[in-house]
Amino acid sequence: MLKSVYNWIDERLDITPMWRDVADHEVPEHVNPAHHFSAFVYCFGGLTFFITVIQILSGMFLTMYYVDDIVNAYKSVDYLQHKVAFGVIVRGMHHWGASLVIVMMFLHTLRVFFTGSYKAPREMNWIVGMLIFFVMLGLGFTGYLLPWDNKAYFATQVGIQIAASVPILGQYIETFLQGGEIVGAQTLTRFFALHVFFLPGALLALLGGHFFMIRKQGISGPL
Amino acid sequence: MQDHNKEKQSHGKPVKRREMSRRQFLSYTLGGTGGFMMSLPLIANLRFAVDPLLQPKAESDWVKVIEVEKVTDTPTSVNFEKNVVDGWYESDKGFGAWITKEANGDIFALSPICKHLGCTVEWEKNVNYPNEYFCPCHAARYTRDGKNLAVAPAPLDEYEVKVENGFVYLSQIKPNTRVE
Repeated sequence: MLKSVYNWIDERLDITPMWRDVADHEVPEHVNPAHHFSAFVYCFGGLTFFITVIQILSGMFLTMYYVDDIVNAYKSVDYLQHKVAFGVIVRGMHHWGASLVIVMMFLHTLRVFFTGSYKAPREMNWIVGMLIFFVMLGLGFTGYLLPWDNKAYFATQVGIQIAASVPILGQYIETFLQGGEIVGAQTLTRFFALHVFFLPGALLALLGGHFFMIRKQGISGPL
Repeated sequence: MQDHNKEKQSHGKPVKRREMSRRQFLSYTLGGTGGFMMSLPLIANLRFAVDPLLQPKAESDWVKVIEVEKVTDTPTSVNFEKNVVDGWYESDKGFGAWITKEANGDIFALSPICKHLGCTVEWEKNVNYPNEYFCPCHAARYTRDGKNLAVAPAPLDEYEVKVENGFVYLSQIKPNTRVE
């Protein structure tokens, strides 16, 4: 049944080469944990991506209940966590996944650094990877404010003060992030917009570039 | 392995082995593991999303709306507020009803929400249709009992009614029981 549906589409659109191109690629022996167990360090990039997918999924579902308004933000989070079935799991995935994605990304970066994989001809991919790192930190920073509890409020207060200490541009960055004179209603909507539209958009574009380059250039050779 | 097969075949009966290829085995195990890993977050997310479908309907309180003496055989409009808990947002939401006394003294209350597309009907709103509920949106009409005469596909809904200490109390909305 599934096969005949696939064949019907394939006859018309010739989709096999498309996914073959994406899915079929060589995994060299030195990155295969079945050959050398220590090669598990090569899994961190994939694990980062796996957690990113979970973050996107759980985040999409969280917005079914969340409101980015200072009156209702905390109440809606409280409601979705304590009143909605599996709310504690879905919010837990997003909460813990946010930390885990940073950890995995850091381990992935260490692996790339110590295997020298950033060297020519892969310098551009290292740069894109660094940009992904900063976008992820941005996602963590903007997401932290959204529950609108005391921890969120003061973490953002401090974070914005740090950004404001940048020479010359500091006060402009502060106003841009706050959206006003104080950390308040406008800050919350701004951070929400950054967190669910702008930064994920940038992240997906950068990930596309990251994956395109690794496929084009192949995995770096053994040590 | 091949020698083993040949040996069997030399005994006359051709042996048909329904063996799984290595590729098939790997795609099943990897697919199964991957599917299991993705299904856990997916199941949690989906259950989270469909939660409103599985919530029990909220019971409605009785609300005092009007003195019994003020109710006549001509429908009277009443407006009242009911406490509504909508997720994390609790508020007093406004409701309306048309209350009428029957010949035998029983009191019934109709919901003013038109069964066509949800506008608000009014008693004798249109001078061309006396003694009828009329909806200004698409000219749906109903009798005093709420029976649909034009446009609307169903009769007006009814409120649960109770009379206590000379006052009329309303509660939940239910389908019309007065017309067949």
